[in-house]
Amino acid sequence: MSTDLNDTHRPWLDPKQEPFIKIRGVTKRFGDFTAVDNVDLDIYKSELFCLLGGSGCGKSTLLRMLAGFETPTAGNIFIDGEAVANIPAYARPVNMMFQSYALFPHMTVEKNIAYGLKRDGLPKKEITRRVAEMIELVELGDFRQRKPNQLSGGQRQRVALARALVKQPKVLLLDEPLAALDKRLREHTQYELMNIQDQLGVTFIVVTHDQEEAMTLSTRIAVMDQGRFIQTGTPTEIYESPDSRFVANFIGSANIFQGHVITSTADHVVVRSAQDDTLQFTVRHSAELAQNTKVWVAVRPEKIRMLKDAPTTPGPNQLAGSVHDIGYLGRLSNYKIKLDNGKMIDVTHPNQTRPTSGRHLVDWDERVYLHWDSASAIVLTH
Amino acid sequence: MIHKRSRWVIAMLCFGLAFLYVPIFLLILYSFNHSKLVPIWGGFSTRWYTVLFESPEVWEAVMLSLRIALINATFATLLGTLAALAMVRFGRFKGRTLFSGMISAPLVMPEVITGLSLLLLFITLADIIGWPGARGFTTITIAHITFSMAYVAVIIQSRLIGMDQSIEEAAQDLGAKPLRVLWDITLPILAPGMLAGWLLAFTLSLDDLVIASFVTGPGSNTLPILIFSRIKLGLKPDINALATLIILTVSIGVLLAAWLMWRQEKQRMQDRKMASRTDH
Ligand SMILES: Nc1ncnc2c1ncn2[C@@H]1O[C@H](COP(=O)(O)OP(=O)(O)O)[C@@H](O)[C@H]1O
Ligand SMILES: [Mg+2]
Repeated sequence: MSTDLNDTHRPWLDPKQEPFIKIRGVTKRFGDFTAVDNVDLDIYKSELFCLLGGSGCGKSTLLRMLAGFETPTAGNIFIDGEAVANIPAYARPVNMMFQSYALFPHMTVEKNIAYGLKRDGLPKKEITRRVAEMIELVELGDFRQRKPNQLSGGQRQRVALARALVKQPKVLLLDEPLAALDKRLREHTQYELMNIQDQLGVTFIVVTHDQEEAMTLSTRIAVMDQGRFIQTGTPTEIYESPDSRFVANFIGSANIFQGHVITSTADHVVVRSAQDDTLQFTVRHSAELAQNTKVWVAVRPEKIRMLKDAPTTPGPNQLAGSVHDIGYLGRLSNYKIKLDNGKMIDVTHPNQTRPTSGRHLVDWDERVYLHWDSASAIVLTH
Repeated sequence: MIHKRSRWVIAMLCFGLAFLYVPIFLLILYSFNHSKLVPIWGGFSTRWYTVLFESPEVWEAVMLSLRIALINATFATLLGTLAALAMVRFGRFKGRTLFSGMISAPLVMPEVITGLSLLLLFITLADIIGWPGARGFTTITIAHITFSMAYVAVIIQSRLIGMDQSIEEAAQDLGAKPLRVLWDITLPILAPGMLAGWLLAFTLSLDDLVIASFVTGPGSNTLPILIFSRIKLGLKPDINALATLIILTVSIGVLLAAWLMWRQEKQRMQDRKMASRTDH
């Protein structure tokens, strides 16, 4: 028996694994507006998959097609091998947690949670047992007799979660599950959500516009824009190897230099900046690029080293400038460095030592030298 | 300066209130007048109330009005709710705009026109199919339903538009078929609106003189018709007594409604306090 840890945790790498949800060429139009545009996606069992994108990019619409509230204009959706096109929402093996929570205002917490089980016609005893279990899981024991308007935002969120989970769906769809909570509660609830998903092993598909939330929660992320998938991958892949400027900018921030390929070998490319002829970047890159290809070099702010002394030997990936602005965030500081050619660069440094007498690592207008490893930057072709 | 203005305001207020309430007060006062001539005070007496209670005509009118109002309110609420559901929830069907325009037309139609057209309808129907044979209870009820239904539909429609549709979707998502969703979720949430609609339809019907006059037949007098026909023969003290009783009933109704609203508001405040007390 081969127990390759990697493959049980990353089923999408294993061609023998059958995806649990298959979305094939799905398009949704409202009149002549295309909300979801010819989308393909595989989601595997027990994944915590995030659909990430700005407001209005079609995330909710895609989720609602999975739940059965919208019918695709074209394309097919398969859940557990079964085409769901003709299955109405009330008969699908998925449950949804709505962005507004959509709790039944005239029912108590207990009745809200029991509603789905009653519709399944389960025996009373079984319903009572499972509702009690679920209330335990989401820690709502003291509130079982309360109506939704007697609950705080965090409690309502947990009722909504419990109500959707109690039916033991094969897939749970969550539309912006944490958007209505304040920041502290949101962070706490993120971990709660992950724990619950881990305990129950249900496949979660989470819609969010918050990239930090997506990074924290998910096994994989699909970045959406204008109804299309721009990139799909693990949080690390998306962050460290974005394949477009859009993703590089959307997930975290990136310093981007436009340029042209001078030389390209098997493991790296040399790029000359379009803005400044004297600037050259060496970037580790596995694919070869033709000479003179227009490319963009992207470097994350935290991957740039900032020194007060000029480097002893000139080399690639070296820049010089002066400190234009400092944003002190506590555990780290953001520096805006104005290069000699006028371009602004973002650099982030952790504050590893306590600044004494209010002084920062560097000061406003101080001259600094920037440098990064060739493996820290990436080359983008679009 | 400020003092002067506030005096002026108070004077205006008193005048306004007097304008509203002096006639009502006079009405009540004269209902206890012993004298048969309304404007002449002949001492305190309750004789007109006795006269009133002994008049079978008045009792008949009261009962007819109540029967019509009850049946009207119930049917208007049912039909109005269905119409609102059809307009708001069942997607875009052909001619929806026309339908929603038509359903609210009775709100702005002059009562005289509504009454006249309904009368024409009843006469035509009687000619063609022999129904309704005699005008009275049935025709008034039908006429009232047609216009009060429009009011109910408007009330329910606004509630439906204000309601988060994902609540109904959530029920469906949890396994409820559409009719089940209607019964378990939509109707209970609409219940306060339906109650308001019912009460409105009830009062509209009790109050209506014009339309009822058009579509009624010989011998079928609703309360407003009776009062109006008697007034035509001169002011009568027993009508004052009747009006006083109506005022009393309405006042009790208003007080009851105010109390219910006050209780609801208190409950809401309590809920909010409860909710904000308990976050972790
Ligand atoms: N029922 C609808 N009718 C018309 N347009 C819609 C409908 N639902 C969504 N849209 C449009 O589709 C786009 C995507 O919506 P949605 O999926 O809700 O975006 P989001 O990514 O913010 O969840 C939006 O521009 C929205 O206006
Ligand atoms: Mg959305």
